[in-house]
Amino acid sequence: MGRYVIRRLLQMIPVFIGTTFLIFYMVYALGDPVNAMFAGKAVDPAVAAQIRHQLWLDRPLWEQYLHYMGNIFQGNFGTAYNGEEVTTLMGTAFPNTLKLTTVAFSIECVLGILLGVFSGLKRGRFVDTLVLILTLLVISIPVFVIGLVAQYFIAVKWHIVDPSVAYGSPWQDLILPGAVLASVSLAYVARLTRTSVAENVRADYVRTAVAKGLPRRRVVTNHLLRNSLIPVVTFLGTDLGALMGGALVTERIFNIQGVGYYLYQGILQQNSPTVVGFVTILVIVYLVANLLVDLLYAVLDPRIRYA
Amino acid sequence: MSTASSARMTTADTTEAPLLQVRDLHVEFRTREGVAKAVNGVNYSVSAGETLAILGESGSGKSVSSQAVMGILDSPPGFITGGEILFKGRDLLTVGREDRRKIRGAQMAMVFQDALSALNPVLTVGYQLGEMFRTHKGTSRKDAKTKAVELMERVGIPGARERVNQYPHQFSGGMRQRVMIAMALALEPDLIIADEPTTALDVTVQAQVMELLADLQREYNMGLILITHDLGVVADVADKIAVMYAGRIVETAPVHELYARPAHPYTKGLLESIPRLDQKGRDLFAIKGLPPNLVRIPAGCAFNPRCPMAQEICRAEVPPLFAVTEADGAELAGRGSACHFWKETLHG
Repeated sequence: MGRYVIRRLLQMIPVFIGTTFLIFYMVYALGDPVNAMFAGKAVDPAVAAQIRHQLWLDRPLWEQYLHYMGNIFQGNFGTAYNGEEVTTLMGTAFPNTLKLTTVAFSIECVLGILLGVFSGLKRGRFVDTLVLILTLLVISIPVFVIGLVAQYFIAVKWHIVDPSVAYGSPWQDLILPGAVLASVSLAYVARLTRTSVAENVRADYVRTAVAKGLPRRRVVTNHLLRNSLIPVVTFLGTDLGALMGGALVTERIFNIQGVGYYLYQGILQQNSPTVVGFVTILVIVYLVANLLVDLLYAVLDPRIRYA
Repeated sequence: MSTASSARMTTADTTEAPLLQVRDLHVEFRTREGVAKAVNGVNYSVSAGETLAILGESGSGKSVSSQAVMGILDSPPGFITGGEILFKGRDLLTVGREDRRKIRGAQMAMVFQDALSALNPVLTVGYQLGEMFRTHKGTSRKDAKTKAVELMERVGIPGARERVNQYPHQFSGGMRQRVMIAMALALEPDLIIADEPTTALDVTVQAQVMELLADLQREYNMGLILITHDLGVVADVADKIAVMYAGRIVETAPVHELYARPAHPYTKGLLESIPRLDQKGRDLFAIKGLPPNLVRIPAGCAFNPRCPMAQEICRAEVPPLFAVTEADGAELAGRGSACHFWKETLHG
């Protein structure tokens, strides 16, 4: 197990370098940051050159990248062009997104798995068909439509919640945005669980469990679910990272100042330190989430642990 | 068990009531293609300490009938449409769901064919064995593990104390099947149904596992139903054989008599199709044709399209299980053949 963890950690290094360099390169391709800084107004070439020199913009790309990465590992994410420390922006953005993601993820796990198990056990019956149709509907409607419609009816028309989530507002205010953010993933989790359960319910070891005279509940929870959830856990792990990055649309609809909001602003203003810094953190979150999934996978499936 | 005395009362026709009596059992599978009649009026009985071998090709209904006995038939699509399953005198088909569950594992247990897929891959062997005690007897987790070790030692798994925490895939095929047997044996049931227990194993291991099963059966005086398609497996351990074809029993006989003098053309064909060393160089014999589609079982005797002796009557009338006698009419105990021409088959 220890060797497995080390191997997985080592595998993360090239992935980290590859993804961050790609982002770095793409942001660089956005255009000249010095022009963006002065909002396209004419700049004194000498001043521009000096700024370029200060920001290492006159060096080759790979040198810039190394310089930037070196700073990041000392906790210095640089300064946004408006003078704010990128780490300060992160301090505001990440807690908000983290809260939203936690709510969404909880909804996704609990509801998605419950629906999936329920319909998987009742394959071909009415409940199953209903779940399949509803989830297909959710998957095929874009999130911003779901979000805006939910906001219009639940918040604006029926006044059940506030249409916008203020900074530092309590958890329950995040239930609606969380549900919107979770909706598509929830549908996928439900379908994935359903397929997995429906497949495993015919497995030989489930028949053995029944033949052993175990109560139905024990057959389902201890034998069927343990096996059926393995692919679901994989999806959930990768989705955790996707939720954080994908919160952009939901955050804009409900006016939550999270990662998505700042990333969006950063891209609009060609504010490369913000964009690269935020994305780098997201990459790390994604990688860690994946590592956790792999470890969890090994816990759930001993055949992988001892391979 | 107090049911032993009541068993005698309910089955008044026999003095010594068998442990299990299956009467006129019908099972069908309702599929999109139609209704597959998997079991069509099967009768058999097993007493304590007795071994019944049910022999047949895949699709003959041998596994389905035992799943019906065990109460683990996939339903839907499988439905029991008629008959009785008397276990210790009680018709299991009228027993409630919860009572039926308590009988499973505790009073009748099953050994499955492929232990690798029949054991749960993500739970330790000790957990799966201990589960029997924990759910049926309410034994504590710790005591259940001790019992699991004892069981593993009982079925001859070396190093049981260490191996109890291992997973099924860490065992060899033979050892896995021993775990499977240990699990069936856990609560000392009265009846064990072994569904092709050695089919997935190497030939050398087959004999060991079969021997273990036979020893345990003698020791605990259990009834044993051995389901197999392998004539070689049953010869040494079974007391009597029922041969199944297309959901019916076509021949019953004490094991050695069946081998020596089959009374049904199908059994005869099966025996002749065993490859033999002393006939090296000759063509292997095979019964011509294929087993029937259970959605469209041929009229009359289901075997008639493949039978070398088939006559007009075979295509018209379903033969009942005739009592088989010697040529002079002397009774042959326990013998029966569902063939219109059993006399010709047996006596030539």
